[in-house]
Order: sequence, then C-alpha cells, then structure tokens
Amino acid sequence: MPHDDDPGDTGRNDWDGVRLHVVTGKGGTGKTTVAAALALALASGGARTLLAEVEGRQGIAALFDVPPLPYEERKIAVAPGGGDVFALSVEPKAALMEYLDLFYRLGRAGKVLERVGAIDFATTIAPGLRDVLLTGKAYEAVRRRGRTGPVYDAVVLDAPPTGRIGRFLNVNEQVAGLAKVGPIHTQAESIMTLLRSRATVVHLVTVLEEMPVQETQDAVEELRAANLRVGGIVVNMVRDPVLPDPALDAAARGDLDHRAVAESLDAAGLAGRGGRASATGAARVTRLTAGLLAEAAEHTTRLEVEAVQREQLSTLERPTYEIPAVAGGIDLGALYDLAEQLADQGMSSGR
Amino acid sequence: MATSGTTRGAPGLDVDGMLDDPGIRVIVCCGAGGVGKTTTAAALGLRAAERGRRVVVLTIDPARRLAQSMGLRELDNTPQPVPGADPAGGGSLDAMMLDMKRTFDEVIEAHASPDKAEQILTNPFYQALSSSFAGTQEYMAMEKLGQLRARADADPASWDLIVVDTPPSRSALDFLDAPQRLGSFLDGRLIRLIAAPAKVGGRAYLKVVSVAMNGATGALSKLLGGQILLDLQAFVAALDTVFGGFRERADRTYQLLQAEGTAFLVVAAPAPDALREASYFVERLAQERMPLAGLVLNRVTTAHAAELSAGRALDAAEDLDDDDGHALAAGLLRLHADRMQRREREQTLAARFTGAHPAVRIAQVPARPSDVHDLDGLRDIGVSLSTG
Ligand SMILES: Nc1ncnc2c1ncn2[C@@H]1O[C@H](COP(=O)(O)OP(=O)(O)OP(=O)(O)O)[C@@H](O)[C@H]1O
Ligand SMILES: Nc1ncnc2c1ncn2[C@@H]1O[C@H](COP(=O)(O)OP(=O)(O)O)[C@@H](O)[C@H]1O
Ligand SMILES: [Mg+2]
Ligand SMILES: [Mg+2]
Repeated sequence: MPHDDDPGDTGRNDWDGVRLHVVTGKGGTGKTTVAAALALALASGGARTLLAEVEGRQGIAALFDVPPLPYEERKIAVAPGGGDVFALSVEPKAALMEYLDLFYRLGRAGKVLERVGAIDFATTIAPGLRDVLLTGKAYEAVRRRGRTGPVYDAVVLDAPPTGRIGRFLNVNEQVAGLAKVGPIHTQAESIMTLLRSRATVVHLVTVLEEMPVQETQDAVEELRAANLRVGGIVVNMVRDPVLPDPALDAAARGDLDHRAVAESLDAAGLAGRGGRASATGAARVTRLTAGLLAEAAEHTTRLEVEAVQREQLSTLERPTYEIPAVAGGIDLGALYDLAEQLADQGMSSGR
Repeated sequence: MATSGTTRGAPGLDVDGMLDDPGIRVIVCCGAGGVGKTTTAAALGLRAAERGRRVVVLTIDPARRLAQSMGLRELDNTPQPVPGADPAGGGSLDAMMLDMKRTFDEVIEAHASPDKAEQILTNPFYQALSSSFAGTQEYMAMEKLGQLRARADADPASWDLIVVDTPPSRSALDFLDAPQRLGSFLDGRLIRLIAAPAKVGGRAYLKVVSVAMNGATGALSKLLGGQILLDLQAFVAALDTVFGGFRERADRTYQLLQAEGTAFLVVAAPAPDALREASYFVERLAQERMPLAGLVLNRVTTAHAAELSAGRALDAAEDLDDDDGHALAAGLLRLHADRMQRREREQTLAARFTGAHPAVRIAQVPARPSDVHDLDGLRDIGVSLSTG
C-alpha cells in the first residue's frame, strides 16, 4: 500500500502493459544487475517473469550464484511476496537448430549441418541472422501462452550494450540482405512489430559519468530514430552525499571554516593525549583538517560532475530511477534490495 | 598529499624507466572495458613524448572531449600531430583514432586490382564483416599496429615508440584471440567448401561430405536465400586471391607482440571483475611468452588524511553528533570514513591479486574527481603512473 508519508513509495507503475523490458547501457554500468533486479521486482507479489541474456556470458548465473544456465528456462529465484523468476541464456546456435527443426523438420540433416559447421557459420556471418534468432527467442517467450494466459507476465532481456543496441533491435533492416521471402523475413517482421509496440520498452542503465551518459544520449537518439520506445533511465551506483547541504555549498565555494573544523577535531580527541596544546597535537590537527577539507573539495567536484550529468539525462525527459552503489558489491540480498528500490520508485508495481 | 598507494607486497612499476628505454618500441594497453585503457595509452604517449620519445598513439574509442583535446578526428585513420604536446625535450606526439572499416577497406585496396577491390568492397558479406563482425575491430587494431610498425621501421625519423590502445572488449583476451578467430573463420573449412567444394579434402572425404554439403547448402539457401550463397562464394573467391590467408596476416602481427621491444600493460579498476580479467590476461601473456611490463591499477580511491582510520573517524563523528556546532566536522569525518573503507576494500583486492601474481609490478593511479578530458589531465595521470 502506498503511504503518503513515504516519499519513496509512489504506488505507481510506469510500465503498465509492458511485456518486454529490454535493458541496455554502456558496458559495465550494470545492465545485468539492473535487468535481474527488474525481473525480481516485476515478479513480486505472485507474477512470473523470464530473465534472458543473449551474449553467452553467463552473467545471470554468476549473479545468482548458480551453475551456468543451459539453453533451457530454469527457475532461479522466488520474488518477494511470492512470484517466480525464470532465467535463460539464449544461444544463437541452439536457437537456429530449434528454428530449423520447427520450419523444416530437419531431423538428422540438422545434425549434419551442425557437424560440418554450417550452423556456426550461419550464425556468425549471415548478416542479422544471429540477432533475429536472439530477439526471436524473447518474442516467442513473450507470446507463449499456457492454459490460463501468457506463461510469462513479463520478459526482461539483458541486451547488448548501447553501442550495439540499435542494430540488435532493428532486426528488419538487418535481414534486408537475406532471403526476401521465407521464414526469417516473416519472423523478423513479427519481431519488429512487437518491438515497436506498446508492449516493449528499452531501458537504459548509466552511471553519472561523462562517457556512459553520452552513450545514453546517443542511444536514445538512435532508438527514437528507429521508432523504438525508450523506457526509463536507471542511474546506477549513486553515492550518498555524506555532507550536510550547507557544508557542501561552503565546500563548493571553497570556504569551509578551517578553525571550526580544527576545534571540533580537537574536541573529539583527535589531537591526541596532549590536545592541541602540545606541538604534535596541534600539527596533527592541522594536517587532519587540511586532509579532510581536501577530501571535501574533491567530493564536491565529484558532485558537480554528477549534477551536470543528471542535467544531461533530464533533457531526455524519461522516467528516471536511481539506485545506490552497494558497498562491497552485489550479492543476492543486495539484488532484492535493488529490486525493492526500483519498485518503490515506480519502475514496477511491486504488488 | 594524496597517499599514492603502493600495493602491499607488490613491486612497483617503473613507468619512466620503460618510457625512456629506447629498446621498448611498442606498448600495448589491455584490460576489460571502461577501466581506463584509452586514458592510460594517451597519458603514456604524452609523457613519453615530453620526455623525448617520438611517439605515435593508436587510440580506438576515446571519450569525445578527450579526442577533441588531442585533435583526433575520426576522418583521418592516419596519425596527426597532437597540438599542445611540449616538444622542448626533443620528442613529438602523433595520435590517431582507428577507423576499422576504413582500415579494412585499405587492406583490400592495397592488395587487389581496382576492379577486384570494387567487387569485394560492394559485397554484402564484406560489408557485414567489416562493420559488425565481433572481432573485426581487434583484427584491424592489430593490422594498424602492423602498418605503423612497418612505417616506423622504414622511416627512422617517424616514430620510435608506438603506444596502442585496445578495443572496448568485454574481455581483455579478445584482443589476442579475436584476430585469429576471424582469420581461421575466413580460412575455415566450411567457407572453402562453400566457395569451391572440389578443392578441399581427399576424395574419400569428399564423398562423405558432399552429400552432407548438398543438404547443408540446400537448407542454408532455403533459409537465407540463394543469393546469399552466391554472394558468399564470390566473396571468398575474391578474398582468396587477395590475401595470402587471413590467418597468416594475423599471425605475423601476433609475432610482433611476442617480439622483444614490446611491453604489455594490463589496466584494471580495483573491482573484482576487472581484476579477475587482469588475472586471466596475465596468465595468458605468460603462456604466450608475451612480455608483461605490469599492471596499472586505475581509479583507486585515495585519502588525504590517511593517518586517520575509518573506525576512529566514525567514533569521533559520533562523539561530535550531540553538538550542532560540530555538524560540519562530523560530516567531514563520515565522508573520510567512507573513503577509507572503500580504499581498504580496494587494497584488499589488490593484495589478493598480488598474492596470486607476486611478480607483477603495479602502478596505482588515483581516481580523479572528474573525467580526464584534456592534456593537463593526461599529464596528471602520467605523473601518477610514474609515481604510483
Ligand atoms: N548498484 C551497484 N552497486 C555496487 N556494485 C554494482 C552495482 N551495480 C553493478 N555493480 C557491479 O558492477 C559490475 C558490473 O555490473 P554488471 O555486470 O551488472 O554490468 P553490465 O552492464 O551487465 O556489464 P557488461 O557490459 O560487462 O555486461 C559488477 O561487478 C556488479 O556487481
Ligand atoms: N584515473 C581516473 N580518474 C578519473 N577518471 C578516469 C580515470 N581514468 C579514466 N577515467 C575516465 O573513465 C572513462 C573511461 O576511460 P577510458 O580510458 O575511455 O576507458 P577504456 O578505454 O578502458 O574503455 C573516461 O571518461 C575517463 O576520462
Ligand atoms: Mg552484463
Ligand atoms: Mg577505450
């Protein structure tokens, strides 16, 4: 239930009706982490989600600390309040075999194809084929129906990085060089229709640094040009401003009160036994004061850089979510925590 | 002064000694994405040039503002002087940004007759291969390095040191593996079978395979369209006459990397993933007998009041909390504690790396509060490299 006195919990769901969440961002900014947290958030309260990766890196397995995922959907986590997260590592060669089987009932000929390296070859070099196979798997999972309705309430795709996302999702254009008729083309068109529909959004993960933010802006432009719907911006690894606001302002102006700081440090006993009355105590307090103020100055520079980057991101006019840098790295507990924070900020309903 | 952290137990890396050694002709900066390879390469190049070397830096994907400040334009694909590098020490600095497609095109143009080149350049497979194949960027980086080296050898007045950045791969190993992967792929059995089945293998082999091949190419052409196989055959046939084998070409540059005069620097951030990558890479270099100069641990957290431990700082902050008059100091102490804790975690990771690789020399470079986007920033990094 949303509380009025809890500003974190908006009780809103920005992506109502979305079935496919594509997560991209500059390399290393936290795509896999955010995709996993989002899959958890979307599953919470009894839903079922699929978290899929497409680069064969087993990032999901590493994150959830389970053995490498096979090309097979596996339950990997239970969401808060009940709900299941399944995971899948989509492998283009296996996807092609599955595909050939489906359309041509190849049987043993499929094995031969594999043996002479044709599968490897086709998925490596045929322009666009690989990406159609990968997005095709997500498409299939989104549309798959059980007895009572869709098998998955949502599919979260841990996608390639920003540099490749436009090409990856623009499957139609990519296969333009391939057979003009035939299953690949038909498939590409159906995928494209889903990707451009209201059921799909592309979220961008970034950190508050120049290069990732620049890449985010470039990607937004590219996605929009390709008629793909940009979802939210997830600002990852945000650090708490530790200093009280007035102190930050003063530090930014470079006029923090040396004397007051020195007195406080002395009062806290940091001058040592003799206090500042002793020469070594006084010198120590002077050193510590200078050191702390230098650290404060760097901290404010850092915050200024971040403010500029936030400003850049705000020009994109997309819902923006912020999640903290978790000290000591991400474990399963931290992942649930991040999921909750995303839900609280409205990235999922967090039922 | 910021404590430039030397890693517990690890021998220090003598960066200036390396830059001043005329025997060192190529420095390669490797590492996982985003750790600072490009920044390190540019900083080393500038420092070497200002210490008297005639340097060319091959960057792959510099941050936009950094590229601008170095006068790098995508259009060139050939080294240009960097405005603002100080020539007082008798050195010089040129830099370029790799244009992978253009490099590939130039290789084709240099080795094929004009009409053959035209045939290849317009082939859809070539276009896919030269613009999006995973590994092409690594291959072309190697190719460019080979070209720069050849020019440096032919014209002693050009450069005596080449500093190479590597592509933003997810794995540092890609730089070593991708070119050969691409090479063997293009030299591969299947591609030859498709191009000219009769040329490959003995008769017995052919019998077994040709049946399969008919099935295979049949299914493939059904799936992908018949035109694509024709394009592919044309592509492979054309390439074949042009290249003395892709793989041999890659092998040659690979050997250059094993040669004396090459130094590898592995760049890593003080984070578990990046250091794990660095570990793999260090082991691999040893296997390949490639000369590792050391590890650059970039963006490490430093403290200006390192004599005060995190625990003490937090205790003191708590003591001060009761009195509003001390709020500022309490805030500063917490900020400091935060930094010290981060620093501690990072140094533990670094020590763990050193435990596994005790002989690897390490230079630590502090995280600056803002990005590195001009020559002064690069000079600062250069100073940190040589003192950390
Ligand atoms: N909020 C966070 N707090 C602390 N560490 C984080 C956070 N988010 C991500 N990380 C860490 O940063 C590293 C990179 O994250 P992740 O693997 O999710 O990024 P990615 O964008 O998927 O990377 P790649 O481009 O390599 O696939 C991991 O070690 C992860 O644990
Ligand atoms: N020591 C440092 N302090 C602060 N920022 C840094 C430092 N090293 C690199 N950066 C910044 O980090 C970003 C990524 O660096 P870059 O050299 O492009 O990484 P890579 O080439 O490994 O992908 C750039 O914006 C760069 O300015
Ligand atoms: Mg990932
Ligand atoms: Mg780079």
